Amino acid sequence: MKVQVIAEQCQGHNRCALSAPELFEIDDLGYASAKGDGVVPPGLEAKARLAAANCPEQAVVVEE
Amino acid sequence: MSTVEQVTDVATDYDIFDPGYVVEPYPVWAALRQRCPVAHTDRWGGSWLPTRYDDVVAFARDVEHFSSESVTVTPAIEGVPGIPADIKAPPITSDPPEHHWARRLILPVFAPQAVARYEPYTRELCASLAAEIAARGAGDGAAQYAQYIPVRVISKMLGVDESMADDFTGWIRGALEFGLTDPKAQEAAFLSIFNFLTAEIATRQAAIAAGTAGDDIISYLLQQTVDGEPVLVDHVLGTCVLILVAGIDTTWSSIGSAIWHLATHPEDRRRLVADPSLVPVAVEELLRAYSPVTMARLATSDVEFAGCPISKGDRILMSFPAANRDPEQFEDPDTVIIDREVNRHVAFGVGIHRCAGSNLARMELRIAVEEWLKAIPECALAEDDETTWAGGQVRGPRHLPIVITGGAAK
Repeated sequence: MKVQVIAEQCQGHNRCALSAPELFEIDDLGYASAKGDGVVPPGLEAKARLAAANCPEQAVVVEE
Repeated sequence: MSTVEQVTDVATDYDIFDPGYVVEPYPVWAALRQRCPVAHTDRWGGSWLPTRYDDVVAFARDVEHFSSESVTVTPAIEGVPGIPADIKAPPITSDPPEHHWARRLILPVFAPQAVARYEPYTRELCASLAAEIAARGAGDGAAQYAQYIPVRVISKMLGVDESMADDFTGWIRGALEFGLTDPKAQEAAFLSIFNFLTAEIATRQAAIAAGTAGDDIISYLLQQTVDGEPVLVDHVLGTCVLILVAGIDTTWSSIGSAIWHLATHPEDRRRLVADPSLVPVAVEELLRAYSPVTMARLATSDVEFAGCPISKGDRILMSFPAANRDPEQFEDPDTVIIDREVNRHVAFGVGIHRCAGSNLARMELRIAVEEWLKAIPECALAEDDETTWAGGQVRGPRHLPIVITGGAAK
């Protein structure tokens, strides 16, 4: 599984990094991106799906 | 107080300041979503009110047809003697393309890492306020707790002495809570804010020139450049007005509603006391269920939306609080499910105007809840419930008499 943040859609709500700090990081302006190559380590799949479900901008994409 | 005619049909005549609606807006939203999801009223200058999640989000995202030139829920006063007409409150009042750089200017000071700096101060403040209430065995969760917190954190960020907090509180209430229905109060409040910030900016400019600038937001903004040019002082002033007006009663309303919930829902309170690791999830649910802020837009042209003929200049009230209780988006929306995980709420808005202070507000709310629960694990509303609520632009309790119940607080 992989996660990705669509940069043009992210508005810096920070919901993803709050609930899944293992998967997302926030830059100095508050915008999110996937950590590293976005590959979701085993056991964190539910957190990745939740981050996508809770993003108000629907900017978090999960590739199953 | 003016006498107003009773509302007979909320679909065509809703009144956002109706005392019953302010206290209990939920049944009105539920009825409107069914019957007339984009309602209209002629009251308070006239407005449209979307109550479905998808509609509120669509209005917020459509910055081409709906401008942020005026974001208050009633028409803003036209010019205050003593305040230059071109002072706005960027970026909240900005549209693209200005919006982009005006927002870029303030994002670094409100990023999660930046607001974390103020966490120890916030925690100490909340702990000491909660300890005072615990020691007395009773207190006002709104006027003696919630209302004290954001104003002091914002003062610290602006580098302003804490002794100004009570003045700020009065000005903020004058600007929005009272001012939206009382132009004289609004005028006086904005003039006080303008005069105060103008003097603060002059002091900071002198310090910058002398090489002794502090690390507060005002000094930071004065030293920024956009495309190689220094930011105009009037722009900095407008942004500081915004930070003061937008960062105080919004968050205190949210904290107050959270305390109201804790006082009235012992099972949720005890669950959070037993497992404080649930607080961050609970904070999102409290933000959803008790979203304080409604923002407005002005139509830039005649446009049809969901079958409604919206005319150029019409005001649209983006009720994020109503959106967050839409059953199409949230299961069992009128129930606070304190560990609700799936929760795409829009308490901080959505799109390019997402509340720039959301990371700060969330930090303050989390710490205010944590420290309250530590000092006051058992509480209830005072017997003769005298809770009062403010509404309109920002909804939350203004008086919240609480008694401490059960065993002695730790």
